[in-house]
Amino acid sequence: MIENIDLSLVDWSRAQFALTAVYHWLFVPLTLGLSFILAIMETIYVKTGNEEWRQITRFWMTLFGINFAIGIATGIILEFEFGTNWSNYSWFVGDIFGTPLAVEGILAFFLESTFVAVMFFGWNKVSKKFHLVSTWLVAVGATLSALWILVANAWMQHPVGMIFNPETARNEMVNFWAVLFNQVAVDKFLHTVSSGFLLASMFVLGISAWYLISKREELLAKRSILIAGVFGLLSSLMVAFTGDQSARTVSKIQPVKFASMEAMYEGKTNAGLIAFGILKDTEKKIGDKTIKEFAFKIQIPGLLSVLTGGDKDSYVQGLKDHISGNEKLGITSTPEKMQRGKFAMDVLTSYKRARLINDTAQISAIKGVFKEQDFRDKYFRYFGYASVDKPEDVIPNVAVSFYSFHLMVVLGFLFIMIFSVALYLLFKGTLSDNKWFLWIALLSIPLPYIASELGWLLTEIGRQPWIIQDMMTVSQAVSQISTGSVITTFILFAVLFTGLLISEVSILLKQIKTGPKH
Amino acid sequence: MKQYFSLLNSLFHFYYEGFCNMSDWGRKVWVIIIIKLFIMFVILKIFFFQDFLYKNYHTDKERSEHVLNQLTNSSDNHDRKH
Repeated sequence: MIENIDLSLVDWSRAQFALTAVYHWLFVPLTLGLSFILAIMETIYVKTGNEEWRQITRFWMTLFGINFAIGIATGIILEFEFGTNWSNYSWFVGDIFGTPLAVEGILAFFLESTFVAVMFFGWNKVSKKFHLVSTWLVAVGATLSALWILVANAWMQHPVGMIFNPETARNEMVNFWAVLFNQVAVDKFLHTVSSGFLLASMFVLGISAWYLISKREELLAKRSILIAGVFGLLSSLMVAFTGDQSARTVSKIQPVKFASMEAMYEGKTNAGLIAFGILKDTEKKIGDKTIKEFAFKIQIPGLLSVLTGGDKDSYVQGLKDHISGNEKLGITSTPEKMQRGKFAMDVLTSYKRARLINDTAQISAIKGVFKEQDFRDKYFRYFGYASVDKPEDVIPNVAVSFYSFHLMVVLGFLFIMIFSVALYLLFKGTLSDNKWFLWIALLSIPLPYIASELGWLLTEIGRQPWIIQDMMTVSQAVSQISTGSVITTFILFAVLFTGLLISEVSILLKQIKTGPKH
Repeated sequence: MKQYFSLLNSLFHFYYEGFCNMSDWGRKVWVIIIIKLFIMFVILKIFFFQDFLYKNYHTDKERSEHVLNQLTNSSDNHDRKH
């Protein structure tokens, strides 16, 4: 049946999910980061009693409020899509996906209805300290809210802490802590949240730079640049550190994704880190997939081996190691994984047939098989491979993975430079005189958004064809609905979200032009 | 009980005054929020995004059977193809 699914249905469903996720992610990171910047500014106000800091806090709070309000509930559309377009997936993941999303929903509701209200309505109505605590709680709450979403996504990259129950056809959580402290979840949370801090810092830096270019609100601009510069520099360093840690984890847990990120077809020791590269198609193939080579590259010899394995003699796995297998390194070939997946599928099919004829002894025996550690580790973990047609189908889009990863890394280093220069010029007292830098800061506002979206592109494209790594393909996950309805809602979303974005940008620009109320 | 009502009354007035004294941009974003929520929950959810399994199957057993069929039929077809 899954082979009969119109591929355009899968493609449109993917495109729709990508569209809504990309738009949703335009609003979220600014909320995450700006909430902490507000909390820091308000803390300075409460500590010093300086009214200028109160005014600065309230100005950025206005911009936070606009972004928060426009972005609110855009993530719920993703949950609609799970139930409608991805019903097999939604059912199969069971409470593992549902629990973190439910916690996030409850947290978001209480956060939004109480502390955000105190933040906006509470000036002069509650004590300074209570207001400050509310602002901090909004920041912490928004971060915790992101944690649960990222835990759910991390499980899709690295499914742990569950047992599949054939009776309900669902995965059931058996170890909450394994799901929460999944290495991918920890890396993803730290990297994503710090990238949100960075993005908001660039937003504050860029807008403040515009005020300095326009020779107005200079006190607000300089004080804001001080906060954004320090917070942004620390965040960008944290982004680099957590990004490195995250890549290391990917190299172990999702080695095919890692090999695609590096466009590495042949595994090797003393592997170089590509600092810059341009890919081209070749005549060579893996199955029916064309192999890409570098038309041009700048490489740091041995560094990739050092970064992933600790020394230059450590072996970095290539795509071919995973397709053909590598006995010496204990890497199972894709055809072998397909056989194991097929075996797991056959066991499940036997269960289904036993249930049809109500063979209770057989039902009970097969349920026992699904609880065996050996069966889970050797066979069921490759369940998704049963519906893979050709071994090369498990290779994601190498060009998209490579370029999105490398562009994100280049931008990451650029951000460190921008925040460093901003602080240097600020402390030197020549920031207002260096118009060139102020323009760079202003024009850099979109760059962290691009880097952030590239990160998600890599995360999701890099693990194709899987929706749950090794366990379920995207084609298995999709619902049997009409392609026409998916296209219709795709267009509706495109119009709705573009409208929201235009509204946000125009209200934001108006408030920025108006400036703080004196 | 009296304290409880007093707290509720304070809360009501906190929100009421907050909304009444809202700034120009605040009113604009509230209009956008209401329109957005209407489109999402009334138009999209009701007409386009009904839960596939809950709409087409009445019990969890039926839903699990459907998903089981979806997953294992891919295996059956795979056999036939090869």
